[in-house]
Amino acid sequence: MKEESRLKNVLQGGHFAVTAECGPPKGADPKAIQKKGKMLKAFVDSVNVTDNQTGVVRLSSLAACALLLKDGLDPVLQMVTRDRNRIALQSDILGASALGIRNILCLSGDHQSFGNQPQAKGVFDIDSMQLIQLVRQMRDKGVILGGERLTEPPHLFVGAVENPFADPFSYRVLRLEKKVAAGAEFIQTQCVYNIVRFKEWMEQAGDCGIPEKVYILGGVTPLKSTRMAEYMSKQVAGMDVPDEIIKRMKSVPADKQREEGIRIAVETIQALKGMKGIHGVHIMAIEWEDVVPQLVEEAGLAPRPTV
Amino acid sequence: MITAERKPLSEIKEMIAPYRKVLVVGCGSCVAECAAGGEKEVGLLASALRMDARTEGRDLEIKEMTLDRQCVYEFIDQLTEFIDQYDVVLSLGCGAGVQAVAEVFPRAIIVPALNTTFVGETKEAGLWVENCRGCGDCKLGFFAAVCPITGCAKGLFNGPCGGSQDGKCEVDPDTPCAWQLIITRLEESGRMNLLDKVYPPADWSKQQGRGPRKIVREDQKI
Repeated sequence: MKEESRLKNVLQGGHFAVTAECGPPKGADPKAIQKKGKMLKAFVDSVNVTDNQTGVVRLSSLAACALLLKDGLDPVLQMVTRDRNRIALQSDILGASALGIRNILCLSGDHQSFGNQPQAKGVFDIDSMQLIQLVRQMRDKGVILGGERLTEPPHLFVGAVENPFADPFSYRVLRLEKKVAAGAEFIQTQCVYNIVRFKEWMEQAGDCGIPEKVYILGGVTPLKSTRMAEYMSKQVAGMDVPDEIIKRMKSVPADKQREEGIRIAVETIQALKGMKGIHGVHIMAIEWEDVVPQLVEEAGLAPRPTV
Repeated sequence: MITAERKPLSEIKEMIAPYRKVLVVGCGSCVAECAAGGEKEVGLLASALRMDARTEGRDLEIKEMTLDRQCVYEFIDQLTEFIDQYDVVLSLGCGAGVQAVAEVFPRAIIVPALNTTFVGETKEAGLWVENCRGCGDCKLGFFAAVCPITGCAKGLFNGPCGGSQDGKCEVDPDTPCAWQLIITRLEESGRMNLLDKVYPPADWSKQQGRGPRKIVREDQKI
């Protein structure tokens, strides 16, 4: 019997899931990732490991997932199509499964021009939608692209992302529907600050019956400061930080802004928990993973269920 | 058209530094349209090189020529009677032109004066935009005549990504999001059903081939 995805078990068990993002270090030391894993272990169901996020070179997602797995966590392997062609992607999908990794999140990845290797050749041999379809085909039919049969299919719970705040808004639900049709089994969204717009998107998704077909985890990123809120609002494309949130951060002195950020995040988690069709939260505390236990506790989501 | 930009004068000077007699050869086609390698640009570059040589007290002899097409033998042949008289050919053709001339005159030394950039269109005076990657498998019919390989920074066939905002691409706010354009046009023409299916992975072998690609047409052979 193969070890199952804990995330899948939690969701199928009808629990409200909690996942957290974990960024690997800019170096070869395994301790950094192990330390983060240890801290998160009791407070989340699964841990997403980013794949050279924003195009910055870091310890590989696959290796970091293997380290977390060894320490008893349920890692979610984030895999972007920016850096690998279909040969490397399929090979890593098999490798991940062989190591015992049971979750994969399919993304296209931030464009290489944003990172520390702006002269790199962006691969984009396939896109995120095609990657979802590919993992499902490998898992369910046991064949790779071109139809060649695998000796053993990979065992992976397949996820995708969606950004309800990007444009064109009218197309975002159709795109989500397409990802579900391609085979996504769970969705982790871009971080939510604009609850109103997120709700509107969820209602549209509900009208299409999407929450019955896929588990949706709402994204939450605690704000550290007014500056971070303003930066995310103005500099990060596809990010919607309403003025009220920025005003709220501004209304407290600088040394209290982290606390305010945590409060906003906890309120967001609670709002998401009460929203129809939302099956969990995905906490992306950027270089601030040690705040996750507090967020989970204050949101009343600790302890995590045993599945 | 194939677009190109002239290399900086310093780089051109360095390449032709060992030579005294220079044949500067332009091309009257694409690179003339994009004001990089036509007769006018040949004249400007030749003048700049002459002036530079004079300032530095060097002896430099230049002949200017512009072929109608630098990538077609019939026109390249016009160089036959002059080429032996020069130490180097400074080509203002695109990469195809430079290589075609070198192929016809294997003993001659040919150096490029241009950086060949892309297949594109003239948007307005002084603005050229890339719109074709020559993938060998045109899909414009599915995407409302907007190429997602060229127009989308990530070349997504099932876009848009999460960075599309206010109709702009996250990579460059001066660039329209190709997927916004595709969706708007398909919506306006009532063809959104074209996006229903997941578009499958592309066959890049049609673009990358096995080394240089060839088109063979028996009906065109003499």
